[in-house]
Amino acid sequence: MDIALIGRIVPVFVQAAWTTVELSLLSLALGLAVAALVAMLRLSHVAALRFAGAAYVSVFRGTPALIQIFLLYFGGPQVGIQLDPFAAGAIALGLNIAAYMAESIRGGVLSVDRGQMEAARSLGFGEGQSMRWIVLPQAAKLMIRPLGVNAVALVKGTALVATISVVELTYTAQRFIGSTYKPFEIFAVTAVLYMIMVYGLTLLVDRLDRAYAGEA
Amino acid sequence: MQGLDFSIVPEYWPLIGKGLWWTVVISTASAVLSVLAGIGFALLVLYAPPVVRYPVRLFMWLFMGTPLLLQLFLIYFGLVQIGIDIPAIWSGIVALSLHFAVYNADIFRAGIASLDKGQTEAARSLGFGAWRTRIYIVVPQAVRGTVPAVGNMMIALLKESSIVSMIGIAELVHSAQLVISETYRPFEFYLTAAALYYGLNLILEAVLRGIERKVELSR
Amino acid sequence: MNDTRPMIEVRGARKFFGPLEVLKGIDFSVARGQIVAVIGPSGSGKSTLLRSINHLETLDGGEVWLDGVQVNQKLDRRSFERHINGVRQQMGMVFQHFNLFPHLSVAENITIAPIKLKGMAKAEARALALKMLDKVGLADKIDAFPARLSGGQKQRVAIARALAMQPKVMLFDEATSALDPELVDEVNLVMKQLASEHMTMVIVTHEMRFAAEVADRVIFMADGAVVEEGSPAELFRNPKQERTRSFLKKFLNG
Repeated sequence: MDIALIGRIVPVFVQAAWTTVELSLLSLALGLAVAALVAMLRLSHVAALRFAGAAYVSVFRGTPALIQIFLLYFGGPQVGIQLDPFAAGAIALGLNIAAYMAESIRGGVLSVDRGQMEAARSLGFGEGQSMRWIVLPQAAKLMIRPLGVNAVALVKGTALVATISVVELTYTAQRFIGSTYKPFEIFAVTAVLYMIMVYGLTLLVDRLDRAYAGEA
Repeated sequence: MQGLDFSIVPEYWPLIGKGLWWTVVISTASAVLSVLAGIGFALLVLYAPPVVRYPVRLFMWLFMGTPLLLQLFLIYFGLVQIGIDIPAIWSGIVALSLHFAVYNADIFRAGIASLDKGQTEAARSLGFGAWRTRIYIVVPQAVRGTVPAVGNMMIALLKESSIVSMIGIAELVHSAQLVISETYRPFEFYLTAAALYYGLNLILEAVLRGIERKVELSR
Repeated sequence: MNDTRPMIEVRGARKFFGPLEVLKGIDFSVARGQIVAVIGPSGSGKSTLLRSINHLETLDGGEVWLDGVQVNQKLDRRSFERHINGVRQQMGMVFQHFNLFPHLSVAENITIAPIKLKGMAKAEARALALKMLDKVGLADKIDAFPARLSGGQKQRVAIARALAMQPKVMLFDEATSALDPELVDEVNLVMKQLASEHMTMVIVTHEMRFAAEVADRVIFMADGAVVEEGSPAELFRNPKQERTRSFLKKFLNG
């Protein structure tokens, strides 16, 4: 182990890890917004909307995230979409994780007992009101864990944008392995930084889940 | 903006088809290895002495906490570093197998832990030794219950096998890249590759459903 | 009572679940202040009938009227939504499995509808909740959460929740079926008290004794049709139909 090398590269890698964090947060925000929309489509009364939601989920889950990134970044200009690598990466990752998160949201809503909707409707609440005041507050607790699993997968998935030269953690690792020929030292530093993010997030999700889902 | 033209796609089918074939080969090999290694890791984590158990747990923890692409780079560059010079394709298969073996191991471990203790006791009372009990009685039952979860991992594996294109293995994405470097038509060929993955995915889902039904019947 | 129009009127109610006809053209009406018990074997369609009064089940044929307004009238989706929400506010529904809202306290369970749907002020709604809880004997549980209550207490809160909307009728769907035997009486007591206040009630139940005590009229249903109806005295002591006789016999013996 080349300890001196590790000491030298840590600052650069921390900087790169910060880019990974930014990328994760942006994709997460976009992913959640799109996921909420897709879940609404999936739960709609209108067959055409339900189909559109199902098609979104099926296409984005049925093809590799890597190709989705390439299609947007390399193929985008052909259809008039010019994006820099970071934006293309964040958008593609967000649209991809949205398909998985939509299923987590839908699963949460469907696991709330049907009697809850009936009781709300029998009091005179409309469909939307029942959803908002009765079903969703209960479903939200059931979504914490699955959405957390999605978010952890997203953090690890951000490594894919290394392939379009976004200077995040994995890209930096690849470059340094190529220039130093010390794969194990580089892996050690990179792995520690990823694991802080991944297991930190896992811990946070655990605590949220215990705090909110426990009482229901 | 040059507009889209899918009419040139068939011309490049031989190359794309070859890539598709290698995607199937690499995914299948990695899937089989990841299941076998996954069972092995699960048994070690549950039953091996601490000197073996803790390193395996550390390894699993390490591989669950980091991205596949990083692991691929480590194995591809690292194996050469320690004097093992094998073709890139083997680095790709090793990386995919190990990455998914770790997740499979976690699934198997939970499956084994949830089994009724009476099964072990019954086998032991018949005179099976500890390891024979595990291999003939415990594992076959636990594996049955984990088919859906492991199946989901295999669906992920098929898609993530695209990542080995990054070390120059001529699978589907890499073939598409070769064609694109000649034709400058990324949209058409990445979309074609995506459609082929979607097709493979549908086939794999059908196969998994078949396996699940079979396992369900034999329970 | 000077108003002689029926409070609830069901005409020719028909309902299919797939190929199975669960309601085969039911007619019945409930007068203002009347208490009707609906009895019958499971699968007879009695719960479906009750739920279709509240439009939780959509009838495939026939009409349901509440106090001179047709419940299941044909309107476009949006207008019907507005119409049904208004109609349901005038009907209290009590479910077999209580369906209290577990994320809300007892007070919030009772006040959410008056506050959100009638625009009642919070303080006023809380006073109302207290009054309703007093009625069902649970004033001390006003700030508890449903998970902390026994089954009988949950059902009494559910009744208070329905009463807080000041409904014209109360519909009870097997309100005591999910309760442990020793908790049944406290719920029955509340229902009897409501009966003494001349609340119009439709009670689907399998408790013959309770039906006999509280109802003005008993309807016996089997296989999606009304087999026989009459006063409790007539129906229980002197059933005219063979089907009724065998049901009651099985029930009293078993």
